[in-house]
Amino acid sequence: MRNIFAEALYKAATANPDIFVVVADISPAGSMADFSRQYPDRFINVGVAEQSMIGICAGLALKGCQPFAYTIASFSLYRPFEFVRDDLGYQNLPVTVVGMGAGVIYSTLGGTHHTQEDIAIAGAIPNMQIIAPCDPLEVVEAVKYCAKQRNGPVYLRLGKSGEPELTKQAIEPWQFGRLRYLIRGTDICILSYGVVMKHANEVAKILLKGGKSVSLVSAHTLKPLDRENIENILNNHKKVVVIEEHVPEGGLSSRTKQIAWDIHASCELHCFTLKDAFIHRYGGHDDLLAAHGISVKDILRKIE
Amino acid sequence: MRPLANPYDPKAAALRCLNFRKRILEISQQVGALHIGSAFSCAEIVECVYYGLMRNSGEANAPADTFIMSKGHGCMIQYVILEALGILSKTDMAEYCTPQGRLGCHPDYGTPGIEASTGSLGHGLPMAVGMAIAEKRKKDPGIIYAVLSDGEIQEGSTWEAIMMASSLEINNLVVFIDNNDFQSLGRTSETHPSFYPVDQKLCAFGWETVEIPGHDSSNIYRTIDARSGKKPMAAICKTTKGKGISFMENVPIWHYRSPNHKEYKIALDELRASHPGANF
Repeated sequence: MRNIFAEALYKAATANPDIFVVVADISPAGSMADFSRQYPDRFINVGVAEQSMIGICAGLALKGCQPFAYTIASFSLYRPFEFVRDDLGYQNLPVTVVGMGAGVIYSTLGGTHHTQEDIAIAGAIPNMQIIAPCDPLEVVEAVKYCAKQRNGPVYLRLGKSGEPELTKQAIEPWQFGRLRYLIRGTDICILSYGVVMKHANEVAKILLKGGKSVSLVSAHTLKPLDRENIENILNNHKKVVVIEEHVPEGGLSSRTKQIAWDIHASCELHCFTLKDAFIHRYGGHDDLLAAHGISVKDILRKIE
Repeated sequence: MRPLANPYDPKAAALRCLNFRKRILEISQQVGALHIGSAFSCAEIVECVYYGLMRNSGEANAPADTFIMSKGHGCMIQYVILEALGILSKTDMAEYCTPQGRLGCHPDYGTPGIEASTGSLGHGLPMAVGMAIAEKRKKDPGIIYAVLSDGEIQEGSTWEAIMMASSLEINNLVVFIDNNDFQSLGRTSETHPSFYPVDQKLCAFGWETVEIPGHDSSNIYRTIDARSGKKPMAAICKTTKGKGISFMENVPIWHYRSPNHKEYKIALDELRASHPGANF
């Protein structure tokens, strides 16, 4: 996702001279190299100084620019939180706060580098929009949206690298603010977003092989959430499974449960989230997800 | 001493500041919530920016400067100046801090004449740096003027922005530090004695720095007008909190409270006595 994001942003910046990239000591030679070489006047590395990264982006936006603030997710959102809230949310400025490597993707770096609560935190800020693409193709669509939207701030939640393309065969196009069916069925609906969609996709494939009629849905826009289509999903499937790389509070699972209660949904609803815990364990991304109770095996065992 | 470069007249400035202080006191009798001490301490600075330094011609392609009241709690002085300039109306001022009004105790982006929301300290300078970067893309960039409190420079974000401004070679940024030596709990110089002198720190970070008296409009004007324009500039202005009213000067409670009717009358009398041209 990181490289695709950089490519998409480079393209967008070529078309739009108001796009700025403000980074906090990240990607010195990697994914942002083309942008920084080609548009040095629109590339700012603030160094290890995330509060001013957000404040500078706010100042740029107040003067009509379209800035992207870019660093590791925990440092782009948590560290300068009050600046995101006051400068971007309160003033409702079109700044994209890019959180790279969100969730527990930085598995070996420990809890300081994990972003388990970001949807809840960003989602609680009035005016904030949240997009969490599930694969590189959705990243491209999200960047196109962020590069031209003037509605207010966006928290763009990205993975890291090597994520597979999952939406090439999607039966619906990407559209901001709308759930997107990748596969449509009638028995079970799997609803997910972000990097963990890879697991959702595997679960769907196994269920399909077992003869089930399965929907697989990307909830790439977490705010505003497509409530109407979540209602449709709850009303039109026997079983709904939410899989998300986020704590139980304030994410897609809790929102889906809330909607299910509101409409008196009668389907089964299973939610797989990160635990409400800091798990002091290392290893790969999948190892961390498994430690939190999110593995394909666990999910299948619990829903079948 | 070189002559003033434009018709900015220090005598007229002093009279304006007198009337701005009077107007703030008047409003204090309508609504209790005020930061009079903070507004009075930077009155000459803000007046000088609006009446002497800022270019806001409104013509196409003409440079337009920007003012950020980073110490948002001092915004009453900005409000009464915007009222005098016709940007805010008498009605806006009458409705200050009332349910139907749009003016609160801190400036809000979206209000006429207000370029950024401030109130939480340490936000104004990073935003000013971003604005200065955006302006620098123009052939004749606008200058960003910002007023910071001396308590505000205790915020780490302020120093992030100080570091960035010189590293990015921003030369269209002028910062006034309203050095009245007071914050909520006492004197700033007693909270952090190691912080002083501040000008040397700014200078070491690559800023053009001066220390000047903050209630001398012509000095403020001349100093900024004579800046090199090669670096970001900080003017550390020695000011008095509650300047002009004997019982408010250097008394921390006047950060928060509003004068009662008796105090209001005494304050008006003192203002009148301080200026031979006062006709109220």
